Amino acid sequence: MTTTSEMAQVSQPAASTVPPKATSRAIRSKNRIDPTYYWMVVPVLALFAFFITLPALVGVFFSLTNYAGYGDWKFIGLSNYVNIFKDPAILQSYIFTFVFALTTTVVVNIVALAIALGLNAKIKWRTGIRTVFFIPMVLSALVVSFVFNYLFSNTLPVLADRFGVTPLATSILANENLAWLAIVLVTVWQAAPGATIIYLAGLQSVPAEVYEAADLDGAGSFRQFLSLTLPLILGYLVINVILGFKGFLGTYEIIVGLTGGGPGMATQSVAMRIFSGFTGGDYSYQMANAVIYFLITLLISVIQLRLIQRRGVSL
Amino acid sequence: MTASTLSSPGNRTNPLRRENWSGRTRKSGREGYKVNWWLTALMLVASLTVLLPLYFTVAMALKSPDQIGTGTGLAWPNPMNWENFAAAYVATNFPVAFMSTAFVTVFSVLGSLACSSLVAYAIARNWNRRFFRGSFVYLLSAMFIPFPVIILPLIKQTALLGLDNPGGVVFLHVLGGISFNTLLYIAFVRSIPVELEESARLDGATTWQVFRKIIFPLLAPMNATVGIFAFLGSWNDFLLPQMMIADPALQTLPVVQMLFQGEFNTNYSLAFASYLMAMAPTLVVYILAQRWVLSGVMRGAVK
Repeated sequence: MTTTSEMAQVSQPAASTVPPKATSRAIRSKNRIDPTYYWMVVPVLALFAFFITLPALVGVFFSLTNYAGYGDWKFIGLSNYVNIFKDPAILQSYIFTFVFALTTTVVVNIVALAIALGLNAKIKWRTGIRTVFFIPMVLSALVVSFVFNYLFSNTLPVLADRFGVTPLATSILANENLAWLAIVLVTVWQAAPGATIIYLAGLQSVPAEVYEAADLDGAGSFRQFLSLTLPLILGYLVINVILGFKGFLGTYEIIVGLTGGGPGMATQSVAMRIFSGFTGGDYSYQMANAVIYFLITLLISVIQLRLIQRRGVSL
Repeated sequence: MTASTLSSPGNRTNPLRRENWSGRTRKSGREGYKVNWWLTALMLVASLTVLLPLYFTVAMALKSPDQIGTGTGLAWPNPMNWENFAAAYVATNFPVAFMSTAFVTVFSVLGSLACSSLVAYAIARNWNRRFFRGSFVYLLSAMFIPFPVIILPLIKQTALLGLDNPGGVVFLHVLGGISFNTLLYIAFVRSIPVELEESARLDGATTWQVFRKIIFPLLAPMNATVGIFAFLGSWNDFLLPQMMIADPALQTLPVVQMLFQGEFNTNYSLAFASYLMAMAPTLVVYILAQRWVLSGVMRGAVK
């Protein structure tokens, strides 16, 4: 140790041209990382890889086999994938899932924006009203759907009968063409508060001066909303659309609580079909379905990210 | 300020801004806060969409099967049938289900707080190192994997490891939320000046001590946000417990509610009493701590 430090001292004067050993050593020691940081990250990463990444890879592997979930299996190449494209039940579940997710995204955002505007306005009992509007956020989606299940299948028909609205006199959950609307409704009930919170954050980020200027220019409140508020909270709208659409694609609990995928298979989502592979004996087939589902959601995410970036440039 | 509580800094300017939404009172200043009664009435009516289903649940839970009959279920029962709760308590084995749910929730919240904050701290403070940047990208990329994609192999894997119990659910709740939670934390850790740590390090504190004594307490607002999300997600989760927990006796509250589905003659008064008991814990916590909960969730939204 002493020799090196002496050498360092000796070489110090000549440091102007050649970087001396001591300085490089000092840099290195400053650059040296406390191993504690690795202990903070590595165990979690290892568990994450084991419980999240590994199953994904295993799933891709089994999608190339004829594994039924038990017993023997052998490689069958891409025939699971080929069969999925010929399967009307799978196609039907994709159509239902996308129509449902699109509709729900649109309705949730309209409802949430309306609630956020209302809560941000000069209303009386704001705290109380806000408390009420956010209640659905803390409740179990499954239990909520059980409650709505009774409302749709018992209460609504009795009321419809009493007031002579015959189309609603039978349970809409048993109607192949209307059941999905019930699922949209309950999903909106459950998901609107989360989106409302994001919109509230957006509305509160708009500086008051903007509106004062618009007031001076004589813009009406609707005009202000369209020309000022909406463009200024566009980023929050994008977040809501992206988060919402991705979540609604994976809808499961509310369907379980309302229709169980029925009537027939009219309201069976992609997620439900995939889960059925667990008990249905078509494990590898549904894994292929899951891989396709993953690729589709990935494609959507990429498109959405592109749109965000382009918007970022244009703004 | 009583009215505007969501804790964002921009909130203080609210009274000035609010007037513009109504368009009625253009020139009123901060003190001229004029209530828009039409909008208030509209919001009250709209809030019935939330309150009616809740009222309905309570009313149904208090009815006897005869009182339910073939009516709408909307009438308030007279007399009220409090025995439903006792019957539902027994039918669902409520104490065990409650304890199982509480176990999953408590440890998921603690695990999420500990793991995500540690990972976020290490990554944020070593951002110039490839390993930590790579870890961040790796964790984030997992957010693109939808849950249905991994669930089937995952269930098989956890069953093989003997994790087909509430403990296994805790593991997956923590790991499943780690991407999002780390994202929330990292932005927050970056806002904490490094100088705060350096003085402690000069006094001989190790990295662990710095994290425990300085960083973690400073993360308190984000801890609240992550804790709330983890609590709600865990308490209300249906998918993972339903698929993972092999022993029906250890099932969580939401899954136990399946008991009342599919039976030939559902006893609805029993079912609704049970639904209400499953909803009550989060509902009560939310109403007692609503200001705190909403500001926490709001912080997550702004990120």
